[in-house]
Amino acid sequence: MLLSCENVRKTFGPTVVLDDLSLEVDEHRVVALIGASGSGKSTLLRCVNLLTGIDDGTIRLDGEDITDPRVNPDLVRRRIGMVFQSYNLFPHMTVLRNITLAPEKVHGRPAAEIRDQAMEWLGRVGLADKANSYPDRLSGGQQQRVAIVRALVNSPRLLLLDEVTSALDPELVGEVLTMIRGLKEEGMTMVLATHEMGFARQVADRVVFLDGGRVLEAGPPEQVLGDPVEARTRQFLARIIEAGRL
Amino acid sequence: MTTELYRPSEIQRGRVAYRRRQTIRSVLLAALSTAVAGAALAFAVTGAPGWDRVKSSFFDPDVAVRYLPDILDGLWLNIRLLVVCAAAALALGLLVAVLRTLRGPVFFPVRALATGYTYAFRGLPLIIVLYVCTLGVPGLRLQGMPSVLVLGGAALVITYGAYLAEVFRAGIESVHPSQLAAARSLGLTYRQTMRHVVLPQAVRRVAPPLLNDTVALQKDVGLVSLAGPIDAVRAAQIATAQDANFTPYIVAGVLFVLLALPLIGVTDWVTLRAARRQSAGA
Repeated sequence: MLLSCENVRKTFGPTVVLDDLSLEVDEHRVVALIGASGSGKSTLLRCVNLLTGIDDGTIRLDGEDITDPRVNPDLVRRRIGMVFQSYNLFPHMTVLRNITLAPEKVHGRPAAEIRDQAMEWLGRVGLADKANSYPDRLSGGQQQRVAIVRALVNSPRLLLLDEVTSALDPELVGEVLTMIRGLKEEGMTMVLATHEMGFARQVADRVVFLDGGRVLEAGPPEQVLGDPVEARTRQFLARIIEAGRL
Repeated sequence: MTTELYRPSEIQRGRVAYRRRQTIRSVLLAALSTAVAGAALAFAVTGAPGWDRVKSSFFDPDVAVRYLPDILDGLWLNIRLLVVCAAAALALGLLVAVLRTLRGPVFFPVRALATGYTYAFRGLPLIIVLYVCTLGVPGLRLQGMPSVLVLGGAALVITYGAYLAEVFRAGIESVHPSQLAAARSLGLTYRQTMRHVVLPQAVRRVAPPLLNDTVALQKDVGLVSLAGPIDAVRAAQIATAQDANFTPYIVAGVLFVLLALPLIGVTDWVTLRAARRQSAGA
């Protein structure tokens, strides 16, 4: 088991965002987190990446308790890649520099080697000609693909994707989803928070429905999305269908 | 292909012609009003009953030429002080701003000291700091006391460092937290995040106000003359006392403006470039 969250609790003041939440992710598996806004999807991903601390429970990565206060978060984050809804590329750096910064400064790899790897990745996602452009010259879909490459060049054990297509125009969603599908075929372990139910069904091995900071229902996509047990899940999916997102 | 076939419609050609007429009209109007205002001002000044006396005591070419070398000597001091003090104040300001961002109880004393410094020296008048540094500090009669010029420069650096620190801090805080999250998620340490992600963006954003403060510093470096060293304004004052003619002040004033022009030009250029980048969606 690559990642396990055990009885995780997270509060912001009086609001309980994650409530006794447990989740397990095996290696080479893709888990999709679904649920309404405020159900705790993004917070869970941020907790796993130690961008926010938790208030109770344990998160383990490769069996190691990463929520132990004696653990150095910088060393944990080296093993986890994260991609954000609003891309968060560094606007003052070229596409290439965005990608090579961490391998060079964090992992101390030789510059020439990183450059070759970055260019190979950019070629694979069809952005080789953008290597020396600044992020503001790229479309949202292109920026998000660069952000994914930026996370991947560090060879993470686990990739966290936080609503990576939510900020994109519908016609640009496809190019990002195609890239993620490719990663699944290569065996990348991923946890993704998403509103794209169709995509969750295609790419996920397991779909987890979060409600009020708890796992209300989890299982294979056909079951959770096709024949949910819980009334709350059915209600959520009905609304999604109504909005034309499934 | 459609562009080859495209020909503006009747309505569009009408609009273009109308806009052209409007442009010509406003250019002519601006030229006319400038000429009228200029003529009126010139008449009011030169036609004033005391103009001849003012002209001979403020705009005497002979006096200007006689004292120009002395004033230029003083100006050379201003320039040297400006370059050294501006560089030192920018470095100090950046350091203090970064110290103020440090989190965690270990850094409390550093943070408190940095905060106290910016509060105290933004409130304290520069002249008082100058007097304390140039007259008070030498009074301690310590070994290896630097010259009054160095002490005066230190007073300028301390005072301006406090202002610049606040400008830098505003820049640091303007960088969106998502940039920090992205950097930390890549495994960069706090230091690396500051160095490679936050500070480059912060400095770019506050470059115009930083340069503006440097222009202000340029005028204030002359205040070291209160402690003895002769700068351009002090040189002009001495010259004025010798001939009972105020022309040297005008000469010094013109030189100061000329000195400021390149700096102001750079400030405008940087501001414009920043605005363009912003509007490009950076």
